[in-house]
Amino acid sequence: MTHSQIFGEFLDPVPASEEYLTLHFSLGSTPRKQRWSNYGLSADFLGDYFAAFFPGDAVADSAINRRDTVKAAVSYIANELIENAVKYGDESANLPITITLYLYEKTLIFEVRNPTQRSRAEQYQAFIQELLSSDLDEFYTRQIEKTALGEGGSNLGVLTMINDYGAKFGWKFETIGEETAQVTVLVYLEV
Amino acid sequence: MKEIQTDDYLVSFDPDSSTAIIRGFLRLEGMEEYRPIMEFLLTAVEESSQFTLNLRDLEFLNSSGISMLSMFVLKIREKGGVKLVLQGSNKVLWQTKSLKNLQRLMPSLTLEFT
Repeated sequence: MTHSQIFGEFLDPVPASEEYLTLHFSLGSTPRKQRWSNYGLSADFLGDYFAAFFPGDAVADSAINRRDTVKAAVSYIANELIENAVKYGDESANLPITITLYLYEKTLIFEVRNPTQRSRAEQYQAFIQELLSSDLDEFYTRQIEKTALGEGGSNLGVLTMINDYGAKFGWKFETIGEETAQVTVLVYLEV
Repeated sequence: MKEIQTDDYLVSFDPDSSTAIIRGFLRLEGMEEYRPIMEFLLTAVEESSQFTLNLRDLEFLNSSGISMLSMFVLKIREKGGVKLVLQGSNKVLWQTKSLKNLQRLMPSLTLEFT
């Protein structure tokens, strides 16, 4: 792996925004099981926080108004991103997981950063390269079959965000130690 | 076993209507944690030729939970001879976004949204 690699649509730096919120999590020693429910709470908090900026007007072809749509979409996406950051995070790096949400007129950007083992980062890059070079619809069908057969590594979470919620992704991988890489994921959601 | 109940979710089964219901919030960590729920559903479907899974009050499901539903649907497909109906709500965003993808695994699956 080279010093820094970028995939997808990665804005660097993220454009200035007047509204943003950052949460930091330690990958500490408390058993993950005990901390797990906190991630859902954090995701719901982000959903509630950003939903408050939107009116409750109707959304075309939907029974869910704009505020509730933002709330549920932010909650789902933030939860998936935090879960992944925790699952693949490297505790030994002594670095936090950081999630920031930036609000723009019609877009939300999620920025998630976590340390990971370089071998993990390389596996993830292989998935990203396959995703970016595939037809999304065919790739999704292939991966959901893979998941249903109980084979791991389908990254269904990433695929649901892209395919079902129309999110766009960018990734940056930086080498920060002999065994450690820092992964930054940007997720763009039109609202 | 007729139900699994925790502070966050409830899974129940009514043999008379051959309907299982999942309600609440489900964000368990990975497939292993979802195994008891899938086993519950597979046991419930065992004797049925028609099976309904009502998800209307399941307000949140993470992607590991979607993976669990995918595995369940694939097992029903492989078993054969079961008419499977999934009931969803137009008011719950994840259901409107993601449930239809399960038809990729089983085109004969019926989705009922209300």
